[in-house]
Amino acid sequence: MTANTLATVKGSSIISALNHASVQTVVALPDIVTCAGLLWPLSKDPNIRLIPVCKEDEGISICAGLSYCNQRSVLLIQHTGFLDSLNAIRAIAVEYQLPIVMLVGLQGMEPDGRDPSESDHLGIRIIQPICEAMRLTTYLIINDASAQMLSSEIEKAYEFSQPVVFLITQHLSAD
Amino acid sequence: MLARDEALKVLAAHYTDGITVGVYQSIFDWMQIRPHPLNYLCTGAMGQAASHGLGIAIGAPNEKVVVLDGDGSLLMNLGCLFTIGHAAPENLVHFVIHNRTYEVNGDFPILGSKVLLFEEIARIAGYRHTFVFSEIVEFKLMIKHILELAGPVFVNLHVEPGESYRQDYVAIHSSESRAIFRSALHARLFGHQPENEPSKTSPDYSANEFHQ
Repeated sequence: MTANTLATVKGSSIISALNHASVQTVVALPDIVTCAGLLWPLSKDPNIRLIPVCKEDEGISICAGLSYCNQRSVLLIQHTGFLDSLNAIRAIAVEYQLPIVMLVGLQGMEPDGRDPSESDHLGIRIIQPICEAMRLTTYLIINDASAQMLSSEIEKAYEFSQPVVFLITQHLSAD
Repeated sequence: MLARDEALKVLAAHYTDGITVGVYQSIFDWMQIRPHPLNYLCTGAMGQAASHGLGIAIGAPNEKVVVLDGDGSLLMNLGCLFTIGHAAPENLVHFVIHNRTYEVNGDFPILGSKVLLFEEIARIAGYRHTFVFSEIVEFKLMIKHILELAGPVFVNLHVEPGESYRQDYVAIHSSESRAIFRSALHARLFGHQPENEPSKTSPDYSANEFHQ
């Protein structure tokens, strides 16, 4: 994708994928990338139980507890919170092999279609290498087509009891 | 005077068959005082017990969930009190075993031990009932009532060390412990064994990992 041809991602596409994957619960801390397009609509969605948290690592544990009860959830956070939660992700998601599904907004990502590894921001550049080092399966959500594969990857996460990370590169549109 | 193991024995006498999520010395004691497949041992990272407990309480709303938290652990995740207060699970009872030290990490004192009122923070955060005990007689008198209340309930136990119990770090990080809990929980909730176990072909990072 080249500069100035960046597609938008609709929050409704992600909600549709979550519903399709039978996700019952979203655990979330507000993130500027996803708040208007996803978190606010989710807060009004009768099919989704929203659990607001005070800190992102709480969400890792809440999703873990739900997974033991056969309930599907996703954690909606910002990449700074992902970095802050690495120890919980390392233990609970990776070592314990639990299906922790993370939707991570890349706050500050340049809106010109470049890969996160080429961002001017250190905090964004290091996300994919960290995921790789932790053997976390990672996908970029860059357009509605990539949003649509969310549901099948969430299915896989639960089928194989493994974590997965979706990096959302651009502000989501509200519809 | 409230020795930790004596307090846990009182709890065990009234809570014989339910889900328990615990950390550090409290769960080491509990595993030996009330061994049970519904003991959730693997919280993974310090401070996370109550958050795991909240997930289970929401996922299994017809089951009582008891959390045995530590004071140092809860200090590390104080926001969870507000998360739990907001989510308001009626089936969650959150104990903090308040011994004023990081006992398993060298007995170094926690900060604020002389001024901390966990029960006040919990009350403000939205827990429906809060209690504080420092005498075994009073705790014995109230425990049955506490376990019957609609939660979330918070109980601050000011304890002294009791007898020495083995610190089984292997158990609190082992894949076997998680499989035992999962099987017992699924049998309780669904009447059958789990369909999706963690992949046997994936690397198991859990063996002998003691990091926090």
